[in-house]
Amino acid sequence: MVVIIDYKTGNLGSILNMFKKIGVEATVSSNVLDIERADKIILSGVGSFDSGIDNLKDAGLIPVLNEMVLVKKIPILGICLGMQLFSKKSEEGKLAGFNWINAETVRFKFDDRETNLKVPHMGWDTINTKRESPLLANMYQEARFYFVHSYHLICENQEDVIATTNHGYEFPSIVQKENIFGVQFHPEKSHKFGIKLFENFVNLC
Amino acid sequence: MLKTRVIPSLLLRDSGLVKTVNFKDAKYVGDPINAVKIFNEKEVDELILLDISATVGKKKPNFELISQIAGECFMPFGYGGGIREIDDIKRIFNLGVEKVVINSYAVENPLFIKEAANIFGSQSIVVSIDVKRTKSGNYEIFTNSGKEETGLNLKDFIGKIEKMGAGEIFLNSIDRDGLMQGFDLSLISEASKAVSIPLIVCGGAGKIEDFKEAIMAGASAVAAGSMFIFYGRQRAVLINFPHQKELDLLNNL
Repeated sequence: MVVIIDYKTGNLGSILNMFKKIGVEATVSSNVLDIERADKIILSGVGSFDSGIDNLKDAGLIPVLNEMVLVKKIPILGICLGMQLFSKKSEEGKLAGFNWINAETVRFKFDDRETNLKVPHMGWDTINTKRESPLLANMYQEARFYFVHSYHLICENQEDVIATTNHGYEFPSIVQKENIFGVQFHPEKSHKFGIKLFENFVNLC
Repeated sequence: MLKTRVIPSLLLRDSGLVKTVNFKDAKYVGDPINAVKIFNEKEVDELILLDISATVGKKKPNFELISQIAGECFMPFGYGGGIREIDDIKRIFNLGVEKVVINSYAVENPLFIKEAANIFGSQSIVVSIDVKRTKSGNYEIFTNSGKEETGLNLKDFIGKIEKMGAGEIFLNSIDRDGLMQGFDLSLISEASKAVSIPLIVCGGAGKIEDFKEAIMAGASAVAAGSMFIFYGRQRAVLINFPHQKELDLLNNL
């Protein structure tokens, strides 16, 4: 069973809609017992870093997530803020992240004042694959994904970076460390490209 | 590099899809769920659905229909029409919608935009502005599906809405609506100088070249209704959307 963690941040309806589309049973839950039985976990979310961590703490979910991910090695997919919470910390807040991936979360910063690049980085963009990952198995050549974010990861270990995207500079758009997967974009809003990614996560990861 | 967004903008009246000319003469063009399914298959960048009968009829958003449509939308989806409460927005987002579009109520109560942006984040709050050129040549804002003149100046209002925390502006030209003869480029140019948030423009698109001109004039994204609903000189109803390759010329302008 795929469990989509409900921690009161953001739009989980569209992820459920997509699992319905691919015919995979998924449930939205903040119940520790459900999470303990999960064979795949999804941590999605929009909003600020600290509110994400605070909500997870309030729901009492930090210990069970650490146990499932670090000890039982259950595959987890972080989406957008969900992925950023896997890092050590964020410029956006004061609280510590899960520290599952050796990375920090920072805001887009452009040296060139003349640049007309906007923050948030919002819209459809492509990825540059750096390393193989089951998440990208048989991915379409012309794959594009929908992004909405003002912050991004900076990874200390380049081997964790599966793909990058360019917005002023290259930032990690897909990361993986063992059973821990993260995507900065919204696969649930990325047509067949997102469908493929979810199918890969469910079947191959 | 981000691709330039090209957005079908669909109008809902009661539970049928319609298309207007100059915001009048709403013609029934089909079933909204069916249309959204087709746009989804064509892999459009984003979709906007505006219920033009909600505010005018003093009705709430049609949550049931929004839910059915969101279930068919595997791309970003924005809904507008009849939104006047934070709870409306919460309910709409829970159905799987990414953005809400607020028009009349943004004029009536601009602080609502601030409240909504604080709770849900600016990226999910779009303010739509319907504009008509007056005899004196000024651009004036109308509400209630183009029926009510507000006397508000375009640039002032855009500045105010941006300060309130709106994430995007959806700018509609009432004069060009449904004509498919090109955007009002001077309107786009004037509005784009007043904003720093993304500006989506709508009203007048008939061909891809029109999109190009709108982007050159300062739009960040382009929207169209008739162009994606009607086909050929007889304006037969046929949902259509250009191939991604044809839209590549809109990137890097």
